Amino acid sequence: MRSTARTFKENAKAAVADPQLRRALDHVKSGFIGKRAKAAARLPEFDALRDAARDIKNHTLDHLDLYLERYEQNVRANGGHVHWCATAEDARAAVLEVCQRVGAKTVTKGKSMISEEIALNDHLEAHGITPIETDLGEYIIQLRHEPPSHIIAPAVHLTKDLIEADFRKEHTQFPEGRSLSEPRDLVDEARQVLRDRFLKADVGITGANFLVAETGASVIVTNEGNGDLTQVLPKVHIVVASLEKIVPNLEDLSTILRVLARSATGQEFSTYTTVSSGPKRAEDPDGPEEYHVILLDNGRTQMLGSEFHEVLRCIRCGACMNHCPVYHAIGGHAYGWVYPGPIGAVLTPALIGVEEAGSLPNASTFCGRCESVCPMRIPLPKLMRHWREREFERHLSPAAVRYGLAAWAFLACRPALYHWLVGLEMRVLGALGRRKGRFAWLPFAGGWTRHRDFPAPQGKTFQALWAERKAGRAP
Amino acid sequence: MPQDSPLEAAPAPARVGLFVTCLVDTMRPSVGFAAVKLLEDAGCRVEAPRAQTCCGQPAYNSGDRADTQALARQTVKAFEDFDYVVAPSGSCAAMIREHYPALLADDPAWSARAEQVAARTYELVSFLTDVRGVNAVEARFAGTVTYHDSCSGLRELGIQAQPRQLLATVQGLKLSEMQDSDVCCGFGGTFCVKYPEISNTMVGDKIDCIAKSGARTLLAGDLGCLMNMAGKLKRTGASVETRHVAEVLAGMTDSPAIGEAAKD
Repeated sequence: MRSTARTFKENAKAAVADPQLRRALDHVKSGFIGKRAKAAARLPEFDALRDAARDIKNHTLDHLDLYLERYEQNVRANGGHVHWCATAEDARAAVLEVCQRVGAKTVTKGKSMISEEIALNDHLEAHGITPIETDLGEYIIQLRHEPPSHIIAPAVHLTKDLIEADFRKEHTQFPEGRSLSEPRDLVDEARQVLRDRFLKADVGITGANFLVAETGASVIVTNEGNGDLTQVLPKVHIVVASLEKIVPNLEDLSTILRVLARSATGQEFSTYTTVSSGPKRAEDPDGPEEYHVILLDNGRTQMLGSEFHEVLRCIRCGACMNHCPVYHAIGGHAYGWVYPGPIGAVLTPALIGVEEAGSLPNASTFCGRCESVCPMRIPLPKLMRHWREREFERHLSPAAVRYGLAAWAFLACRPALYHWLVGLEMRVLGALGRRKGRFAWLPFAGGWTRHRDFPAPQGKTFQALWAERKAGRAP
Repeated sequence: MPQDSPLEAAPAPARVGLFVTCLVDTMRPSVGFAAVKLLEDAGCRVEAPRAQTCCGQPAYNSGDRADTQALARQTVKAFEDFDYVVAPSGSCAAMIREHYPALLADDPAWSARAEQVAARTYELVSFLTDVRGVNAVEARFAGTVTYHDSCSGLRELGIQAQPRQLLATVQGLKLSEMQDSDVCCGFGGTFCVKYPEISNTMVGDKIDCIAKSGARTLLAGDLGCLMNMAGKLKRTGASVETRHVAEVLAGMTDSPAIGEAAKD
């Protein structure tokens, strides 16, 4: 997808002024947070599991080459194929090659953020192949020609009324007077439309929440069962996954699964956890005849061993954005690319460049709520700060900011001069603001005073008063 | 008040270096004097070294590591001779305590010194309760207050129960908790001027929660957050007054609240 991360500020400004979006985002706040908190509270060992999950991923990343090779061997032993893809372009080409070879006309798709990352749908469409999203949220945004606004709830920016209007516009095969007022009605109608498409699809494409080195299996967790139909019914199953999705074995998988759903939706386990281990064997009654794994790097091996290494532990639960007050204010689309919220603020600059996405790691108050709920204990604020450091080193931050900082730091490193100067400044500001106690406008402070008053200083500085007190003239 | 009973041998008073913070120094020195009173009541001897300016967060959070390191060295040097370093701010205390060691870790001349100062640095209210064993204050405040948990203090230093514990001992004070007291107010240092619209949405949500609490007074432990919330409350014409928690705990609420006109 094309990035609009460069215009983040404008995107955010438009988003906060959109009352429909604000209403939709209230559901993020009221829903996910309480459910996660309850799920965590119900499990005494939840925090110990987070530590264990972090340690598993740290170990895996430290031996990534080993586990990837073992994974590939086992996929092959199961009769599947692994396509190593360094770039998004390679991955698109590999998927297309398989689809074209089997003469595919339509492909069904389970929810996959990697397929968003490599802009797979546009590529298939451009080559005459129709992709059909089968996750309800993805289906809705595909109808609207929109990107997802959340990594596990792609249509969370929409209200029910908007979805009803879309269904009435698109599903003209159904009677006009039908009732679509309940969420259940919408689900049933989407099911009805999709059922036929599941049966007719030539290829099924899913993502993977995990790739298991020990068995060569790919694992998806879903709540709708659409992923299972996508990967079992068509003759060909293609898994698109990035290479850090690897876990050593099924024991490790089960440890991480125990924190995944709890962190994401507050469920103890997702409704469906599906392990698929390759093409149909002779004794299997059904299953795909071909099984392909598109293993995508797209810059991730560059992050290994860098200051951004830890973000590769991410299991895409969405807890960071669910708890992010900035995400609550602006929603996911304002971030301008595939991954929104705190995880996007760290990942996006790595994947599409800090020149393009530099605003994202800056748009955080470092409140730390994301880190406090991350099941993999990724220090997201620290990693965002590293991006700011890279920007500063490369002189990408605005000149006014850099010169302003330099002047301030020059002063702050000279205490005597600093105290004399701020002492003078505060006496002036204090005198000017004394009558009202605040300023509705101040020069060079428009960012502050556009929306709030600026409280006036009391007048003398603490250091001035402290010196008076020590000299016996106590305040 | 001092926790030592007259029957026990009084320990030598702790020497506390007050890290005033640049905002308290310039905007609201009365918070600094409230901190001094609370510390002296807890048996500390307080000094406020003049070689301090700012902890360096504006540079640190803007990616300017070199200037941050220079300020960190300056602060370490100014405070390393004290038994404790105490700041009336969770954010600045966390900067020294949690971030200085990593910032100066690669500097052999400074890393040990930074570690030592960091380990002795505390936010004011948690220092009183957790280090000095203060479990009550002698103060009066007639009215209902609500308390905002500033992010750094809450998540980096674990400050949540301590201010509530001491506020409960203020005579006449009633605490009415707001919803989402642990959610960021949208200040975030330079964030609030770099992304004014997002910050405004966040502080707007925050003052809605404050209003719904029914409290007449808003308290918190960080002046940046307080100025942000007070500025928004004043702009919207709300009658809630805003103060630093130290002012109430010290019984020093004579000066006009944040953003209020001087009484004369």
